[in-house]
Amino acid sequence: MNLKSETDVASYVSDANADGRRLRIVGGGTRQSLGNPCKNEAVLSTTGLNGISLYEPGALTIVTASGTPLADIETALAAEGQRLPFEPMDHRGLLGSSGVPTIGGIVACNISGPARIQAGACRDSLIGVRFVDGTGTVIKNGGRVMKNVTGYDLVKLMAGSMGTLGVLTEVAFKVLPAPETSTTVIVKGLTDEQAITALSSALTAPYGVNGAAHISKDATTLIRVEGFEKSVAYRAAQLQTLLGPLGDTTIVNDDSLWQAVRDVEPFHATNTDVWRISVAPSHGPQVAAVLRQINDDIQVVYDWGGGLLWVSTPNDMDVRAALPRISGYAECLRGTAEKRVPQNAAIAKIEQGLRAKFDPKGILNAGIMG
Amino acid sequence: MEMPQPNTRVLNRKAHIVQRLQKILPESAVIFEEQEVRAYECDALTAYRCPPMIAVLPSSTAEVSAVLKICNEEGVPVVPRGSGTSLAGGALPTSDCVILGVARMNAVLETNYDDRYIRVQSGRTNLSVTGAVEQNDFFYAPDPSSQLACAIAGNVAMNSGGAHCLKYGVTTNNLLGVTMVMMDGEVVEIGGTYLDSAGLDLLGVICGSEGQLGVVTEATLRILRKPEGARPVLMGFDSNEVAGACVSDIIKAGVLPVAIEFMDKPCVEAVEDFAKAGYPEAEAVLIVEVEGSETEINDQLAKIKKIAMKHKPVELRESKSEEESAAIWAGRKAAFGAMGRISDYMCLDGTIPVSELPLVLRRIGEMSQKYGLKVANVFHAGDGNMHPLILFDANKPGDLELCEEFGAEVLKLCVEVGGCLTGEHGVGVEKRDLMLTQYNQKDLDAQMDVKDVFDPKWLLNAAKVFPLSSSDDRRAI
Repeated sequence: MNLKSETDVASYVSDANADGRRLRIVGGGTRQSLGNPCKNEAVLSTTGLNGISLYEPGALTIVTASGTPLADIETALAAEGQRLPFEPMDHRGLLGSSGVPTIGGIVACNISGPARIQAGACRDSLIGVRFVDGTGTVIKNGGRVMKNVTGYDLVKLMAGSMGTLGVLTEVAFKVLPAPETSTTVIVKGLTDEQAITALSSALTAPYGVNGAAHISKDATTLIRVEGFEKSVAYRAAQLQTLLGPLGDTTIVNDDSLWQAVRDVEPFHATNTDVWRISVAPSHGPQVAAVLRQINDDIQVVYDWGGGLLWVSTPNDMDVRAALPRISGYAECLRGTAEKRVPQNAAIAKIEQGLRAKFDPKGILNAGIMG
Repeated sequence: MEMPQPNTRVLNRKAHIVQRLQKILPESAVIFEEQEVRAYECDALTAYRCPPMIAVLPSSTAEVSAVLKICNEEGVPVVPRGSGTSLAGGALPTSDCVILGVARMNAVLETNYDDRYIRVQSGRTNLSVTGAVEQNDFFYAPDPSSQLACAIAGNVAMNSGGAHCLKYGVTTNNLLGVTMVMMDGEVVEIGGTYLDSAGLDLLGVICGSEGQLGVVTEATLRILRKPEGARPVLMGFDSNEVAGACVSDIIKAGVLPVAIEFMDKPCVEAVEDFAKAGYPEAEAVLIVEVEGSETEINDQLAKIKKIAMKHKPVELRESKSEEESAAIWAGRKAAFGAMGRISDYMCLDGTIPVSELPLVLRRIGEMSQKYGLKVANVFHAGDGNMHPLILFDANKPGDLELCEEFGAEVLKLCVEVGGCLTGEHGVGVEKRDLMLTQYNQKDLDAQMDVKDVFDPKWLLNAAKVFPLSSSDDRRAI
């Protein structure tokens, strides 16, 4: 089925709703193994909804159809010296998928990257959506201006809803100037605990750190500052002074370091299970220690100053069961475990209530969020 | 302002309801005498007043839960209230309601600098959140003009912004988690001390829901390290258009100041009379502030001044000292007060795409002629959030209505050029009846569906946000 417009999507979903036909919504198809397996009888592709409908560099805003490839958006922004603030991860390497990532998929999964620690997640830059709910009704929320509190913020609700509340057709973002330069301070030889302490002191210093990661295996700690050249040189030097007492520091200009963190490259060429765990940053090393006690063949990449752990484990290890009292959230990205489970009964009840309103027959990506 | 008919069944049971509330709260926390509840009859939108049936001032999440449980059982409408500084009538009572004020819940519960968060009770004022962490050089970023008085509860309800949100975002971007009491008394924890939660972004939809989904009693807020320094530059231009173009050029050049504030001539004149800030005689004045170390500030300001010079400013004054910086901001921060001194005014809050600034300012000028009411413009130019202040005389019959008509026309214009009705104040009762200019009924139905899930009986702040005709059927349940 080749859906070219929002109207096409609305009538397709409306028919499916009438027939009780469950749909799997697919954009570029690079993140299909995120979430639990869906129950579906048909596939709805958004790739026919393609194109940037409005881009105003002077207002820092862009509006695009949901099936637009991310690369097209990034190219358009780069031509004006701007970029998406949230540095979306590319999942192809980690999930072994192929295809072209589309912006709708990024919004549906609320995908962000290392810059999330400073610039926020996809949901923080998203300022407007249009979508088709499970009955085929077209709904808009938010708009194209960055400050907007008119009515409920369904924009946030749609970000990360994995298609379960509606099929996104159009998304609008606040964008930011791309920095003139980007520099990384590297500290070598730290343990996990030392590294998280170092990242914390970098993030609590007044130097505008917008990347703070640690790769356990190589004992490599990375701290990024971006902006105008003079400012970046100053801040990098200050950070080097601050962190010097902790270990050997060097300053490099190498964006590939951050692509490796963003896309979790250390786990690409492996067959291990991969988990994504979100906790308060200072709890990161404890979480890793608990898992290592169960099996010491575990690798960890820390991002967000320690608040995001990418954990590679031997197959079928039950990470969730190992962390029963964790104040945070564990999601399985690669492996046989249930990918996502609701946080608790009270929240699950609200979520079910919302799904029942937006998709009464449960035809949109059924079961994907657990 | 049309409000729903008071529920006589509830009013007739007032004594019984008071009695039940007195059993679960200290004596001083249940206010029900006619002359005493009058203190809660309005918020900062003083044009509308209505004393509530009862006001309660609980001190804990458990007490809030007990209050809501009783109100839910008795079918009593509840209007949550932070500090009552809403400009949109968000805390305006109905005569059959219980006002639930969180003012007594103002404690700091936990501060964690390593993980960069603070957990507070929701009645704590915005500025005192920063006050609790500034000895360690931290701050809480959202800074609404009412920050001295406004409560975090209201900030979360309205998703409040401020002058510095161009860089730091608004409340929703700085909120990590809440403890919220549902209308049936159930206490839910949403979000927490970590960044990404499981499941749907409930925190995102609770923030900005104007107290209609639940009563937030505690909030976990992101705190940030203070920058090394900050410095404003003041610029005067000989037309609004030129000032607008300058704003756009600064943003396009990749400089992202923490604030870009805009004041037009009527506003500058009023401010000068009042605050003696030393603003230049110009058609439009911009305050642009940058942050960082001394070197960084100089570097950024050099870039900004270079751009500004292309627009031939009539004045360009960089602050040379703390005192000068304070003087530059003093005028802007006194703007509302200065206007209030010379006249009654209504403060609008529409947002427009920055590119439409010259057109919108011109059209507002034309409307000002048409209605015969003066307007002063002061706003956050970097993000297009306008604050036209329409001056009127509250003692002159018909003037308020004329002013409201004028305001509605301005807000419709904001929507027409691609913007919205409210950027940071919220809908409340003030813009409730304009909602269908921005959204259609189906868009509003989707929002009201969310309320159905959280508050099936529509007891929480129900007469706000949505036009009464749109919510009639749901409220009747």
